[in-house]
Amino acid sequence: MTGWRPGWREAAILLPLAWLALFFLVPFLIVLKISLAEPILAQPPYSPLLVWPEGGGWPALGARLDNYLVVLQDDLYVRSLLNALRIAAVSTVVMLLIAYPMAYAMARAPKNWRPALLLAVILPFWTSFLIRVYAWIGILKDEGFLNHALMSVGLIDQPLVIMNTDWAVHIGIVYSYLPFMILPLYATLERLDLTLLEAAADLGAPPWKSFLQVTLPLSLPGIVAGSLLVFIPAVGEFVIPDLLGGSDTIMIGKTVWIEFFQNADWPLASAIAVTMLVVLVAPLALLRRGLHG
Amino acid sequence: MKLSPFLLVALALGLAFLYVPIVLLIVYSFNDSRLVTVWAGFSTRWYGQLFSDSAFLEAAWMSLKVAVTSATIALVVGTLAAYALVRLGRFRGRMLMIGMVQAPLVMPEVITGISLLLLFVSLNFDRGFGTIVIAHATLGASYVAVVVQARLVTLERDIEEAALDLGATPAATFRQVVLPLAAPAMLAGWLLAFALSLDDLILASFVSGPGSTTLPMKIYSQARLGVTPMINALSTIVIVAVSLMVVIASLLAKGSLVRGDSRAG
Repeated sequence: MTGWRPGWREAAILLPLAWLALFFLVPFLIVLKISLAEPILAQPPYSPLLVWPEGGGWPALGARLDNYLVVLQDDLYVRSLLNALRIAAVSTVVMLLIAYPMAYAMARAPKNWRPALLLAVILPFWTSFLIRVYAWIGILKDEGFLNHALMSVGLIDQPLVIMNTDWAVHIGIVYSYLPFMILPLYATLERLDLTLLEAAADLGAPPWKSFLQVTLPLSLPGIVAGSLLVFIPAVGEFVIPDLLGGSDTIMIGKTVWIEFFQNADWPLASAIAVTMLVVLVAPLALLRRGLHG
Repeated sequence: MKLSPFLLVALALGLAFLYVPIVLLIVYSFNDSRLVTVWAGFSTRWYGQLFSDSAFLEAAWMSLKVAVTSATIALVVGTLAAYALVRLGRFRGRMLMIGMVQAPLVMPEVITGISLLLLFVSLNFDRGFGTIVIAHATLGASYVAVVVQARLVTLERDIEEAALDLGATPAATFRQVVLPLAAPAMLAGWLLAFALSLDDLILASFVSGPGSTTLPMKIYSQARLGVTPMINALSTIVIVAVSLMVVIASLLAKGSLVRGDSRAG
């Protein structure tokens, strides 16, 4: 027996709330603050938000919107944002086309196969993201496995240049995020009421028609959830464009990284991060609604 | 139910797409040649070289320490969050907590990384082991919360209510009733947080300091220079270790891992 512990309920709420607030929410506010600062050669390398006058009195506000003006006016940043959105969108559509038949097959597979199939899909998703991206370097490079195979079959006689292009980035994203797309699709397709399809067939609908008019609309929540789950992180992707893309494959996540680590312009990097977050707010809100609805 | 040939082929090709790159990587880690794509006979020399490279061993040790510590913190924070969300009814900050549990799961890591670093700089924290642990624990807590939440939702409240009726305090009920019942999901959550930490490059790169290089940071700096057999060997070890953990975790969670993961919709 243990004695009464005052405030157990409060502790169970406050500890996680405080931890997440301090290490997830507050940091965003700091990013916002620093995005309004000026880069300076000092430690830390940005100007303070509040400038206290020498003799006391009210501090002056040191906020400037210059970093955002740079982000919006410099072609490099606008282009890297648009590029990231385009590459993420195209990859999302390709993933949908690959994942849908897979999820459909899994949902219709014999019941005793399903746990193994699910594990087979989940396993690569937990197996080191970095290493799985790295594995594609050996496949896609000029003297890599793919060119080797295609040339020995005689399909091509010149190696295809895929590595360090947008192609490689698309392949990398599709490969890395595919399980995220399959799982929600599987979840909705597995719950699908099969008697509806029988009814459609009884009423004379050919399979393609009952697929388009029954299965597809009913699996829409899975399609939306899966697409958002892969699209949002893919927009901010850094590892894939960095390892597989070329120097002209600029995506916003990589731009943040470069501004931060190579140019050491923390305020500008913060402003780019905030801009990316603003662009992602709509899909994030949509995702939250989908998860609760 | 029988699968049509089209579905069967689609599934087989899809799974092949997921696994061929990993299998190639593993097979060629045993290749004798330095040329990564030309097979020159079986050899374990790269594993030997790996285990005599002290920089790699140090990074691996650092990663293990970070993963164990951060997964354990994530377990405490995530389990309490799950318990509060499922069992404590309405409370001030509930919506905020839901948002803060779910957002890290999809947030681009570059954003999370930069914001954590700026926090640590503002607070004047010494960057290194501790800051990487905090970053990983925060992300891991979300995963633990989601997995444990899925388990708690399926538990009947009867036993807890019986314990309370019999005079157990809420804290004792939590310790003696809820914890044992949620233990498999908690262990699964811990393993997931551990695997996540072992794999993370971006958060660690932002918040690490001098002398705290993790294994993914080491792999990344080598991978940028191209494919080397030693990285293949290292990758093979990581893949086998993480796969074993995930299989164990999913057996423990008996599917709640899949149903409960909010990424799974």
